[in-house]
Amino acid sequence: MESEHIVKSFDKDLRSLDNSIAEMGGLVEMQLVRTFESLAKRDVDLAYEVVAKDKQIDEMETDIHMCAVRLLGLRQPIASDLREVIAAFQTASELERIGDYARNIAKRTTALIKLPPVGTAAHSIARMGGVVQSMIKGVLDAYQARDTSLADDIRKRDQEVDQLHTSLFRELLTYMMEDPHIITACTHLLFISKNVERMGDHATNIAEHIHMIVFGHDPESERPKEDQSSFTVVEASDGKPV
Amino acid sequence: MALNISESAVTVESQNRRSEKRPVGEVMLVRRPKITASNINVYYGNKQALFDINLDIHERQVTALIGPSGCGKTTFLRCINRMNDLIPGCRVKGDLAINGEDVYAKGVDVVCLRARVGMVFQKPNPFPKSIFDNVAYGARIHGLASNGTDLEEIVVKSLERAGLFAEVKDRLLEPGTSLSGGQQQRLCIARAIAIEPEIILMDEPCSALDPIATARIEELIDELSQNYTIIIVTHSMQQAARVSQRTAFFHLGYLVEDGETEVIFSTPEDERTKAYITGRIG
Repeated sequence: MESEHIVKSFDKDLRSLDNSIAEMGGLVEMQLVRTFESLAKRDVDLAYEVVAKDKQIDEMETDIHMCAVRLLGLRQPIASDLREVIAAFQTASELERIGDYARNIAKRTTALIKLPPVGTAAHSIARMGGVVQSMIKGVLDAYQARDTSLADDIRKRDQEVDQLHTSLFRELLTYMMEDPHIITACTHLLFISKNVERMGDHATNIAEHIHMIVFGHDPESERPKEDQSSFTVVEASDGKPV
Repeated sequence: MALNISESAVTVESQNRRSEKRPVGEVMLVRRPKITASNINVYYGNKQALFDINLDIHERQVTALIGPSGCGKTTFLRCINRMNDLIPGCRVKGDLAINGEDVYAKGVDVVCLRARVGMVFQKPNPFPKSIFDNVAYGARIHGLASNGTDLEEIVVKSLERAGLFAEVKDRLLEPGTSLSGGQQQRLCIARAIAIEPEIILMDEPCSALDPIATARIEELIDELSQNYTIIIVTHSMQQAARVSQRTAFFHLGYLVEDGETEVIFSTPEDERTKAYITGRIG
């Protein structure tokens, strides 16, 4: 733990930023639980609740940004203090994006509910969702503790999400080729899968912000990336790409 | 690292200074230090004010000396032009060289030394003379002008370099003390550069100035660093970060850490430096 500032209200301001991130993170975690629950249980009311709740996350992002700007202006922080404020600013934006993806999944859930379920896709998405939820929980803990080794572990776990997304992408393409009637549902599921994959990316960004606060630079090693969906083509029975 | 290779640039084996994080043994071009302080110890009577200071100051760069009051930064600054000689009971031990020449060697002409090393103080201190004479004074006593036209040229050039000429050109014969604080400080800078020093020492030059006058001085420091080696003592962390390329942190008479300003103000290595720059209880 770092020693206290001579100006005690500066410490209070920094603590307040941390608390706001914790509070916003808690709300985002709750949104994730509820959006995946609405998808798994095909619960349209819950999905609409998630959509409505996102506004609160947006407002929290604005509050954190205002607080960070005020701190920059009034305290002119230097070195690790400056990085703390910048990281809080960035982390609020990462969390807000994760919240947006949760809202988008909820919106798509309201459409999916009207359509018949597709294969085992819901299972795969639930699995991806579970990994991402635990990444976000872990990264929020790491943020509060400034625990870079936990942050680095979380950064590495993103490849698991990428791999799940790539395989789900292939799976859904195959379903669509087999039965054009399920293209609508599959397209929504594809976007949902991409949303979850992006959530993982934002969690790793937060892990990198923690690294920046503590060490003053990004992690040295490149993050392992396993999302191959952008390069994926499927082959028809005659071996031609389609 | 951008290198503006000057005539004094030499190829040397990197010293692999802690703060520069270069691999051991890498050969590269670095500037020969303009000023080299080795094992400087300063005593005021029985009280030791500086302990074993080793610091290189690079040519045509701005070096900021920071640290809490009484840490020895002004004492160090005053070693460079031997201003400490004027304080009874002050003793300086160790080696201090400018361009490799020992400043404290026997036979060094202190007046000549101080002509090479100009100084600007915390409080603007113009002579009780006209604006013109304030700037012309040093040039006259050092015989830098052979006639009145030469002298006028030196005065105008120095005032221009100090960014003051346009404001005072119609009242050069008015007293220097009639100017505002910020103008007086720029007049003192013009007076310092009129005798073509190699080094300018600035001891909290902006602490008595308003933000606009401070901004003008900072802009001036930036311009002057193209031609002069500047060492500035400042209590403003933001100012040190803005104007200097290198920063040295003094604490209780010791040089705790020195290095590139960007490194010192983002990832200092020593906890004392970190506590000081971030305003923590050290």
